[in-house]
Amino acid sequence: MLSKRVIACMDVREGQVVKGVQFQDLRHAGDPAELARRYNVEGIDEVVVLDITATLEGRRTLADTVHAVAAEIFLPLAVGGGIRSEADAATVIDAGADKVSLNTAALRQPELITTLANRYGSQAVIVAIDAKRIDDRFAVYVRSGQTDSARDAVEWAREAESRGAGEILLTSMDRDGTRAGFDCALTAAVSSAVNIPVIASGGAGGFDHFVDVFTEGRADAALAASIFHYAESSVHDLKVHLRDRGIPVRL
Amino acid sequence: MIALVDYKAGNLTSVRKALTALGASFFTPATAAELEGVTGVIVPGVGHFTSTANLDEPWRRAIEGRVLAGAPLLGICVGMQWLFEGSAESPECPGLGVLPGRCERLAGNAAVGVKVPHVGWNALVPPPGTRSVLLQGVAPGSQVYFTHSYAPPVTNDCVAATTHGAETFGAAVERGHVFGVQFHPEKSSDVGLRILGNFLEACQ
Repeated sequence: MLSKRVIACMDVREGQVVKGVQFQDLRHAGDPAELARRYNVEGIDEVVVLDITATLEGRRTLADTVHAVAAEIFLPLAVGGGIRSEADAATVIDAGADKVSLNTAALRQPELITTLANRYGSQAVIVAIDAKRIDDRFAVYVRSGQTDSARDAVEWAREAESRGAGEILLTSMDRDGTRAGFDCALTAAVSSAVNIPVIASGGAGGFDHFVDVFTEGRADAALAASIFHYAESSVHDLKVHLRDRGIPVRL
Repeated sequence: MIALVDYKAGNLTSVRKALTALGASFFTPATAAELEGVTGVIVPGVGHFTSTANLDEPWRRAIEGRVLAGAPLLGICVGMQWLFEGSAESPECPGLGVLPGRCERLAGNAAVGVKVPHVGWNALVPPPGTRSVLLQGVAPGSQVYFTHSYAPPVTNDCVAATTHGAETFGAAVERGHVFGVQFHPEKSSDVGLRILGNFLEACQ
């Protein structure tokens, strides 16, 4: 039986891991390669590196960061943040990424999804969707969560799949950094609408939040950052907790 | 010396990194003629089965030649599917045909959340009584990383099967010194490195 994946995310700025609360107020959390080494030992199923560097200069260091992280792990590695072209994707894939995650660029030029899927295969293309509740719908936000794209998250996930995306990385803007639990309604709505895996993100604060998103939320994978960064929670203990509640995991 | 065959189906960075970590001597041949004398051949692959069309007649003859000469061959993912007679993903492209059977698309079952592609970690279950060089020291039930929509059938060559929803497919095959894995050993942590290490040992 296919296991539910537990994914560790590092938000990286200028080569250092940081973690924000609702995309702001960044705190320093360490060296990416060092964290990756720890995750590899602890039983994380996959690692995501999200580059939140705004400057071109900082962006050049991303390839170095990816290379350093890839050197520490024999696990799937996804990289996102500011990937706007086929050349950007090639740079991080050549540095050791197995998958690229597209966000703003996918909305602005959805044909990039298809271009990358044709070149590297759909399994290498993740479309990241940042969603926020507005009344009773889920709106897609872009530009690191600053602009309403006026699109519906479920409808956009379906289009991304049809254009060749291999996975959806779905972040709840309302829950990101709050530790109040994943948005299970959002996750279930998207996961039920597509036939590709959905990675739930935003809001992880305790073990039962993972239980909820894997059951009620119908997530295929769940991503968290800070609860793993500061070694507050052991990945192994989380997986035992999930297994004991009948959720298939890799232990 | 191991030949890592590059037929332009995605990137080989992860496989190279794993082989390097295991201390293997390997290279990427530019032409089929460079396969002469190698002690093992790896055909990796991610992406679409049509890309195996780049392995044209000279490559097919050279790879078969090494196998006949006793060199172990390992196909990974699409590279494994290519060892069979063909795949429903592109029926016009013949596989190498050193293993009997054809690869078919996984059906999945969206209503109960069994999705295709099959992406993630899943268990290797050896059929009863299986003896395997490739999986030596790998505990039954060990999990490895998959990402694929098509899969080979469970045949007599199957040394480990994997189940996704209601479907069971061949996850690892072994016929003499021809080996294939549908999963990605290079992304499967310690278990994957052990399997690649077993292959490298068979090449010595």
